[in-house]
Amino acid sequence: MNTSSTTDIPPLPPHDRSAVSGKAVRPGDRIFLGLSRGSGIALLAIMAAIAVFLTYRSVLAISGDKANFFTTLDWNATGTDPKFGIAVLAFGTLVSSLIAMLIAVPVAVGIALFISHYAPRKLSSPLGYVIDLLAAVPSIIYGLWGALFLVPHLSGLYSWLDDYLGWTGIFSYSGGAARSLFTVGILLAIMILPIVTSVSREVFLQVPKMHEEAALALGATRWEVIRMSVLPFGRSGIISASMLGLGRALGETMAVATVLSPSFLINTSLLDPGGGTFAQNIASKFSEADQFGQDALIASGLVLFVITLLVNGAARLIIARRKEYSGAAA
Amino acid sequence: MSLMTDRRAVSDGGSPLPVSLKQPRLPRWTPPVFALVAAGAGYGIGQAAGLDSTVQCALIAGAVFVLGTFALAAGVEGARQAKDRLATSLVWLAFLIAVVPLASLLWETVARGTKVLDGYFLSHSMGTTPDALPGGGIYHAIIGTLEQVGLATLIAAPLGLLTAIYLVEYGRGKLARVVTFFVDVMTGIPSIVAGLFILSVWILILGFGPSGFAGAMALAILMMPVVVRSTEEMLKLVPNELREASLALGVPKWRTILKVVLPTSIGGITTGVMLAIARITGETAPVLLLVWGAKTINNNPFQDAQQSLPLYVFQQWQQGSDASYDRAWAAALVLIAFVMILNLVARGIARWKAPKTGR
Amino acid sequence: MAKRIDVSGLSAYYGSHKAIDDISMTVEPRSVTAFIGPSGCGKSTFLRTLNRMHEVTPSGRVEGKVMLDDENLYGSGVDPVAVRRTIGMVFQRPNPFPTMSIFDNVAAGLRLNGSYKKSELKDIVERSLKGANLWNEVKDRLNKPGSGLSGGQQQRLCIARAIAVEPQVLLMDEPCSALDPISTLAIEDLIGELKERFTIVIVTHNMQQAARVSDRTAFFNLAAVGQPGKLIEIDETERIFSNPSVQATEDYISGRFG
Repeated sequence: MNTSSTTDIPPLPPHDRSAVSGKAVRPGDRIFLGLSRGSGIALLAIMAAIAVFLTYRSVLAISGDKANFFTTLDWNATGTDPKFGIAVLAFGTLVSSLIAMLIAVPVAVGIALFISHYAPRKLSSPLGYVIDLLAAVPSIIYGLWGALFLVPHLSGLYSWLDDYLGWTGIFSYSGGAARSLFTVGILLAIMILPIVTSVSREVFLQVPKMHEEAALALGATRWEVIRMSVLPFGRSGIISASMLGLGRALGETMAVATVLSPSFLINTSLLDPGGGTFAQNIASKFSEADQFGQDALIASGLVLFVITLLVNGAARLIIARRKEYSGAAA
Repeated sequence: MSLMTDRRAVSDGGSPLPVSLKQPRLPRWTPPVFALVAAGAGYGIGQAAGLDSTVQCALIAGAVFVLGTFALAAGVEGARQAKDRLATSLVWLAFLIAVVPLASLLWETVARGTKVLDGYFLSHSMGTTPDALPGGGIYHAIIGTLEQVGLATLIAAPLGLLTAIYLVEYGRGKLARVVTFFVDVMTGIPSIVAGLFILSVWILILGFGPSGFAGAMALAILMMPVVVRSTEEMLKLVPNELREASLALGVPKWRTILKVVLPTSIGGITTGVMLAIARITGETAPVLLLVWGAKTINNNPFQDAQQSLPLYVFQQWQQGSDASYDRAWAAALVLIAFVMILNLVARGIARWKAPKTGR
Repeated sequence: MAKRIDVSGLSAYYGSHKAIDDISMTVEPRSVTAFIGPSGCGKSTFLRTLNRMHEVTPSGRVEGKVMLDDENLYGSGVDPVAVRRTIGMVFQRPNPFPTMSIFDNVAAGLRLNGSYKKSELKDIVERSLKGANLWNEVKDRLNKPGSGLSGGQQQRLCIARAIAVEPQVLLMDEPCSALDPISTLAIEDLIGELKERFTIVIVTHNMQQAARVSDRTAFFNLAAVGQPGKLIEIDETERIFSNPSVQATEDYISGRFG
């Protein structure tokens, strides 16, 4: 745009400014504003509908539950005596996601640093591109690969872990297919790696050069530069990347449904098959559920929704608080 | 003047640090050579201990490499350099740890997927082919996916686009803040929850049966926040001078948005919509709940169960026969190819039509 | 504490582009040497070769010798990290670590180089902040983030951080160009005090500043855009500003070009 062409045009008359502030005068403006504001309101309506209808069906289900919805270790939502509870699902969802986070976040931060600070320069931007592409691979494909390739390759590792760490109770393994919560955790970790890496890498690349040079000029090694200027600057980015990954891990359905061999027991030996997650349970119980059974599944879905909301909210809080401290000079 | 003496004291206090520039360094070839040594050690220990999994050998090799370099550097170069080397080897290790499974995933999909992938597979439905026998194809799944994703896009893209326009061009007040907040919330909805919502309204309360359209509505819920976010980013990139220049010429605001703002950012918006499409194409969970899957071709997305590519992969895997595994891999390959091509084209557009901000 | 720098035949490159060509000069200990010259003449690049910061830039490369007393900075076996520890640097824009407090900023370099007792650390931080004429302004808020200070204070914080590790040489890359006149004056006064303990090299765009603070001045110039920068002459600051031996220097100083 040539700015000189606009300089000799008088400023907007006052009544035109009112269009800017939202009180449309022309019919065109009124229609357009109405349409776009309507879309925003429609989006709110959808969110409200989700909350209302899920809650409504959940209330139907929970009031028909003959056992405690939160503590029962069973899922029997059909027949005249329905008893079901989410204890196993909550345990399985949290444990598998936790394992996924413990594996994925350090590795993802490592890869992100590799791409931004360690890899040969010629390699780093194609690598970033490939990681972005991998983040788009559908989760069902991770599930297929996990069930047909990963599971058979893990039993050797698990019996090894059992030999040395079996005494902890957590890593005891009694053989058989490795269709356990731990495998789910590993698969989820692999699945969320690309997205966590991609977001962290972007943050690391935004670290102002002058902060890195400040550390360098003090005689810092490469690792010390990263510790002094890159990681502090990128901390909130790493947290939000992790939470993004956690959100995906918590709600992941297919990759869990294909890999896990579910059971309604809370089993502390994570290498042995068993357990379940919210999303997996919905997917595998759905086809045999009657209407009440579907309501029961909806109730468990609502719990999952609330958990994801809490996670996202926590992440946003952390980031907001960090921003005050680190963003001041950036 | 007291400051002065104070400073003298500093310099007389003596330098607390060694002042040699020459530090003993390991030669440059140390890490690669040591990596080979570690690989050998991992393999050797694995053989000696009779381990049957390559994963264990690799873990041993990794541990040998990381600890070995650290010990060597600590001995020769000192603690700080050793820490630096430790970080370097861990970062490299993280990279390798990630490359192996991700490369294996792509390799397995391509290698196993090409087995039964041919023209027949792409142009036929499962029809009456028994699940345990070879034959059949994914034509019905492709039709289903295209229709469901198409319908979802028709719902989500305009709504998302207009919402983003509202937020960037008009939104100042409370409503805009609330919408922004709920777009964030919506981004975090697990796909199965979106499916459950449509299930509760459309099927349980309104009494409709499964259909492609029911699935499309759930996919639209997942797609909408993605479109809003990416469009918002793109609209914010349009320099304000452009808007002001147009407004100052007496062009009404809505025409300014249509004729100036949108054309400037159309490349980025298209990219965002395409990436969102790629993302919902792979969604399985809502389709499982709402579309149910079918073995035959159903061209009508508003009536009766349909198939979709990701659901086909899942159901073929569930059948558990060799023939169905082959079909699952082949369908997975088609799905991955479709998503990748969408991604590549979208990113191509983004690069080609990047808005010129004049910076 | 202060050492002499002896540069001979030094050239620096960005990839295949030669940024400075064949520079030789001596920087005297416990003195201020100023580098002046038009934009793009390579004076900042040259400064960055003196503590091996130039090679941090992608494709940055250096040829030639820089002797610190009797050690070549570019000799084999010399650790660039040790070089930067020995030769401190202050940058054009103040760059305190944004997530660290004022105290931690000053202590950052010390913490890298060894373990100190808390009381020792406190002493050194106090001495360094006093040395940078900042102590009185910040002594009550040492635990507040360094990014909350004004630009001039931030720059003095960066100087305190640099002198806390007791370097041999202090390099300053246009340290006042982002500051207002009063802050600039404070920094110039500080430079005058610091030269009693350190060898100081300062790059400046401002010729009055060079005349005010430096003992010796080096004038850099380039033949044309895209050509490498060269050292035209180096001499006593008084000579350079009153009676330079090269015509180009006189033209530049009297404002006839550049």
